[in-house]
Amino acid sequence: MSFIFSLVAVTVLVLVPLVGVTVADLRWLFGVVVPYAAVATFLIGVSYRVLKWSNSPVPFRIPTTCGQAKGLPWIKTNKLDNPCSLPAVIGRMFLEVFLFRSLFRNTRMEYHQGPKVRYGSSKWLWLFGLLFHYSFLVVLIRHLRFFTEPVPMWVQIVEHIDTFFEMGLPLPGPDGLYVGLPLLAQSGVILLAAATLLFLRRVVIAQVRYISIAGDWFPLLLIIFIAKTGIIMRYVLKVDVVTVKKLTMSLVALKPELPADPISFMFYIHIFLVSFLFAYFPFSKLMHLGGVWLSPTRNLVNNSREKRHINPWNPEVKFHTYAEYEDDFREQMIEAGIPVEKEA
Amino acid sequence: MKIYDKPVIVIGVLIFLAIFAFPLWTALGTTPPQPKVELPKDMKECVAPTEYMKSSHMQLLNEWRDSVVRDGNRVWVSHTGKQYNMSLTNECLRCHNEKSKFCDQCHNYVGVVPFCWDCHTYPKEAK
Ligand code: HEC
Ligand code: HEC
Ligand code: HEC
Repeated sequence: MSFIFSLVAVTVLVLVPLVGVTVADLRWLFGVVVPYAAVATFLIGVSYRVLKWSNSPVPFRIPTTCGQAKGLPWIKTNKLDNPCSLPAVIGRMFLEVFLFRSLFRNTRMEYHQGPKVRYGSSKWLWLFGLLFHYSFLVVLIRHLRFFTEPVPMWVQIVEHIDTFFEMGLPLPGPDGLYVGLPLLAQSGVILLAAATLLFLRRVVIAQVRYISIAGDWFPLLLIIFIAKTGIIMRYVLKVDVVTVKKLTMSLVALKPELPADPISFMFYIHIFLVSFLFAYFPFSKLMHLGGVWLSPTRNLVNNSREKRHINPWNPEVKFHTYAEYEDDFREQMIEAGIPVEKEA
Repeated sequence: MKIYDKPVIVIGVLIFLAIFAFPLWTALGTTPPQPKVELPKDMKECVAPTEYMKSSHMQLLNEWRDSVVRDGNRVWVSHTGKQYNMSLTNECLRCHNEKSKFCDQCHNYVGVVPFCWDCHTYPKEAK
């Protein structure tokens, strides 16, 4: 149900700019207004949510650790998994944010010889998650060629590495497969493949399908459609890249201007889907972009043994210690034959 | 007693904004430069419709190469029925004879570096 809803939603998102540009000629709306609004929503929304999270107090350490804490000198500590210092925490965060270490620990439960439960390591999710995120990053970096002039050296280097094989995308041509120009950028294909696999994972594995909601299907489908329109635009229904860049450069210079030459409707579909992704971002699970940095179980030094963390808003508790109690009732206690710690 | 990590998070958000807005603060206030493509003066049409050439000339070149190298066919009949010799250096650059004022203008603008010139030559240009 939630899947059908997401599929319909994405289809509508494809049709809106298609009709809007080809029938109603709303090029200004889809080429300028929507992208600006989307990026503004993205920047403000993401900042707002992260700053709101920053209002959550963190009085205590949350030591969900995966390794031996620092203890006696002859016990080997696991610094990265149970960090007791800032550099070690930075190390753990690095592994988490850049290599998805938690996902690497993913296990799969299965029945083994009848009712015996066995947990096996399951790295597929990690692998495709990593491929997906890094190819997405490369795709984003390559797109900087539309937003910078001159194109920075490092963007060109990334592009150069990304087209390393110096071959085109194999497409059906008049005589067999046609492997042409422009050069195939691996990242785009890997992005689409990995997103498709993450999508199929939700379809094929019954348990994952059961817990999938629209908020899971929709972003995946949206990203798949974005990748598809991008690939179509680069290799098949070519668009006039120079004119596109004239538009995008006018956007970043904050002097928006529709170029005189026409731009293919494919471009408007692509940019509308991307705009929607940006605008949708702060309201969705995609906020894990900011959230992963703030994982309390990952980014806190586990020094509860060395340092006492007192919750500052603990109510003040009135103590009446045993020593005071004995002072109050010493005579009566001695009279009744109850042992006391301090004789009168 | 530190119970909020606010300062660190604010710095993080600022870094995020700075990185994300990177194209903005490099382009802000500037007039976007445009490629200055010099079209051949004495001719009116290209080997295919201009619209198609603008977006798909690399695919056309690829077609030409396949046709020449694989099939030995060097004759291209254009949309207006004219015949051309399928050749990168001898045909494209016969009309567009200054590579730096034509091909390179667009390519530098969008940051593509065709590797064709590793092997193919282009006419010498007066500097
Ligand atoms: C109107 C601007 C323009 C002109 C003029 C132009 N090109 Fe291009 N060319 C482009 C764009 C834009 C691309 C990149 C398209 C892309 O990245 O999808 C490109 C890509 C190419 C590619 C494929 C490069 C690759 O690595 O993918 C080749 C080959 C090429 N051009 C050859 C030429 C030649 C030869 C000339 C001169 C006769 C020329 N072009 C003139 C805009 C132009
Ligand atoms: C007969 C001369 C001639 C030949 C050969 C020729 N061109 Fe052209 N080309 C032109 C003319 C003239 C124009 C301008 C057409 C117009 O303004 O509509 C043009 C336009 C173009 C454009 C569009 C530029 C723009 O910004 O409007 C590109 C790209 C291009 N040619 C690439 C090539 C490539 C690549 C080849 C070789 C496959 C080639 N041309 C061969 C004459 C030629
Ligand atoms: C490794 C060297 C090399 C590279 C790189 C190269 N070519 Fe070629 N190309 C050749 C050779 C060799 C021929 C055959 C020449 C002949 O038979 O006339 C050829 C032929 C061609 C032809 C037809 C004949 C002619 O005179 O032009 C075209 C068109 C062509 N190449 C386009 C390209 C394009 C476009 C690129 C860049 C995307 C490119 N080539 C990159 C070596 C190369």
